[in-house]
Amino acid sequence: MKKLLSNFFETVKPNFEKGGKLEKFHPALDAFETFVFVPGESAKSGAHIRDGIDLKRTMIFVVIAMVPALLFGMYNIGFQHFSQTGEVVSTMGMFLFGLWKVLPMIIVSYGVGLGIEFLFAILRGHQVNEGYLVTGMLIPLIMPVDLPLWMLAVSVVFAVIIGKEVFGGTGMNILNPALTARAFLFFAYPTYMSGNTVWVADASTVDAISGETILGGLAAGKEVVTEAAAAGYGSWSPMEAFLGLIPGSVGETSTLAIILGAAFLLWTGIGSWRIMLSGLIGAAVMGLIFNAFSVNALMALPWYQHLVVGGFAFGLVFMATDPVSAAQTNKGKIIYGFLVGFFAIMIRVFNPAYPEGIMLAILLMNVFAPLIDHYVVEGNVKRRLKRMKAVKA
Amino acid sequence: MSIDIKVRRGVDIKLVGEADKVNGELSPSETCVVKPSDFHEVVPKLLVAEGDEVLAGTPLFYSKDNDRIRFTSPVSGEVAEIKRGEKRKILEIKILADKEVRYETFNPGASSELNKEKVTEALLGAGLWPMLRQRPYDVIANPDDAPKAIFISGFDSAPLAPDYDFILEGSEADFQAGIDALSHLTAGKVRLGLRADSAASKTFTEAKGVEVHTVSGPHPAGNVGIQIHHLDPINKGEVVWFINPQDVAIVGRFFNTGKYDASKTICVAGSEVNQPRYYKVISGMGLSGLLSETLKGDHLRIISGNVLTGTRIEKEGYLGYYDHMVTAIPEGDEQELFGWIAPGFNKFSTSRAFWSWLTPNKKYVLDSNMHGEKRAYVVTGQYESVLPMDIYPQQLIKAIMVGDIEAMENLGIYEVSAEDFALCEVVCTSKMDVQKTIQEGLDMIKHEMS
Repeated sequence: MKKLLSNFFETVKPNFEKGGKLEKFHPALDAFETFVFVPGESAKSGAHIRDGIDLKRTMIFVVIAMVPALLFGMYNIGFQHFSQTGEVVSTMGMFLFGLWKVLPMIIVSYGVGLGIEFLFAILRGHQVNEGYLVTGMLIPLIMPVDLPLWMLAVSVVFAVIIGKEVFGGTGMNILNPALTARAFLFFAYPTYMSGNTVWVADASTVDAISGETILGGLAAGKEVVTEAAAAGYGSWSPMEAFLGLIPGSVGETSTLAIILGAAFLLWTGIGSWRIMLSGLIGAAVMGLIFNAFSVNALMALPWYQHLVVGGFAFGLVFMATDPVSAAQTNKGKIIYGFLVGFFAIMIRVFNPAYPEGIMLAILLMNVFAPLIDHYVVEGNVKRRLKRMKAVKA
Repeated sequence: MSIDIKVRRGVDIKLVGEADKVNGELSPSETCVVKPSDFHEVVPKLLVAEGDEVLAGTPLFYSKDNDRIRFTSPVSGEVAEIKRGEKRKILEIKILADKEVRYETFNPGASSELNKEKVTEALLGAGLWPMLRQRPYDVIANPDDAPKAIFISGFDSAPLAPDYDFILEGSEADFQAGIDALSHLTAGKVRLGLRADSAASKTFTEAKGVEVHTVSGPHPAGNVGIQIHHLDPINKGEVVWFINPQDVAIVGRFFNTGKYDASKTICVAGSEVNQPRYYKVISGMGLSGLLSETLKGDHLRIISGNVLTGTRIEKEGYLGYYDHMVTAIPEGDEQELFGWIAPGFNKFSTSRAFWSWLTPNKKYVLDSNMHGEKRAYVVTGQYESVLPMDIYPQQLIKAIMVGDIEAMENLGIYEVSAEDFALCEVVCTSKMDVQKTIQEGLDMIKHEMS
């Protein structure tokens, strides 16, 4: 097999090289070839041995970490739908229903996104960067299930071009591209991105189905989280919220599946424990402050329940930790993570029009991350100058 | 008794092929070279021509920037070839060595009469001065400077590195004479770093006139730059000199005998070496004889120095002036199928993205493959975890990339050298040329300041 593939690339390569018919498309071939083979390139300068990790493996591993949330999300789409219509459907049937809904979203997201990435690589004559592998999976997971595919495609175009490529591509962007896509849709097509008819499949077309989320219900002043499980549709126990059997975006509902992904990221050393931990603490602190006052239903929601409802867990694990748009220094990461958690809960509670705060909190902190880093690094510079003065004195 | 430095960040890369503590037999090489490229930033001005007879200690060339810094022949014989490259740049001065080395005689003076000027002149005259290097800039020390300290790291923590405790066993007198001479060169202290968790040789522990500090932790704990940073950090305008412990003994031998005897012990190690062990050689010696007997195959990466910072050489290559080991590992130019998901039991990584985390004590056979393509910076925090300095490495490197002199100064360029960043280069997900960038930054700032 290795031989076969290797021979294939050897035969087609001349067409793509300088002077070949398809010279311009070399980045595209290169992307495919390096996907199959790690290049046989050895160290030319500097250290003669190198760590096995590269950006491809890093990105693929983040995608793997999202798989539990993705699979559970597919099942949950079916579960939410059929538990309201009253049809009796097997677990597998629910999963297949969700698969049928989500697969087109994934195909559109990757198709459009990678298409643009390849286009930019060809136009600029550089290699195709792996960054979109993660973004392309994140985008379907943070969208409502009934989102029209053309809207998804438009948001991907916006995210990749305005969110990333105008800054110079992967590694140069200021905002998390996946959240850029979501924010774009949220402000451009709010009726498809919020309200009480979008969070369960077919909720907007079938009257019998309500599509309200827990946070939406709380913002409307309803009592939706109860300790007694299965009190009928429209109320959930904290355990159901933790497991993810609640309405919401495709992949955000199951805190358990997200924890599995987080554990994988932390164990492999790819995700930042600093951001995740401090984000958790930040959210808990804000939640406790609100609990102390608790003048409305959202403020009264116990702080630990804030962590399992809505997109908080998903955003913190998979998007706040994006190393490009997060703070880059270790101290900065702690401050950044804390503020993400803190603001996420604050926006949730104070903004009744839009009860999900994690998206705006992360985008806000993405903008402030360079500033946080600046002050952390400035501290180091001041230490050095002080040391010099101490010597001279 | 002494200061203890605890290094927490860093990593020991365990490789197959550590040298046994045995001295191997070796037939002497017929040629020796002196390569001006071993001396960073030195522009050579020749003092000999092809066909000239030289003795061990006869000057071959001097530095254009400072004509007092001379480079001498390590052996006696005939200047066989002066190899030039593009724009007539001098690449190598090759000497056909005599069977018996004949020495220039020097009179460095009795130890009781030495002072700073005498030691300086003696070392400059015999061509031993280039052994002394300086921070900042990581270049040969300027004899007109007054260093605030001289640092010697008594151990090397790099993968497969030579054990100076073994090499310097029995060289107590030479090492002590070297310390005595060097101590005249600084008004500050001569500092010697030893490993905290192992018994150092008597040569080190019984040395007088040095301030001993101990260092524990993983590589780069043995790097002199890390020790300077923790003990006596360099501020703008300050200079610290450093020298390899074996070179201290060579300096001492010179003061004891009046001869420039450039013989030293190196280790030959790595997974592709049969019977890795130590050999007594002469600085700049041709390695073809030694390597043809010890190497396992032909398709190899042969390195003068260690796997992190050494220079790639051919099988017919020569030992670098500052190198005390030769390493041989497999050349890594094989493609790997689906490397982004393959389990990778045999891959070294500081992440746990490979199954090799199951075997933390395993010794690896690593080749020179890059394991991926160069990318823009994405991952953060990797460099920090292997650089035990109060410095922001990624920020410093970015400052160098954009040529921002002020930011480089602020971020601590004076304290670093390329070798301290070698591990950053190893672990980099984006496969950046970290050492090259640091070197460029050092050169940039040196030219800016001069």
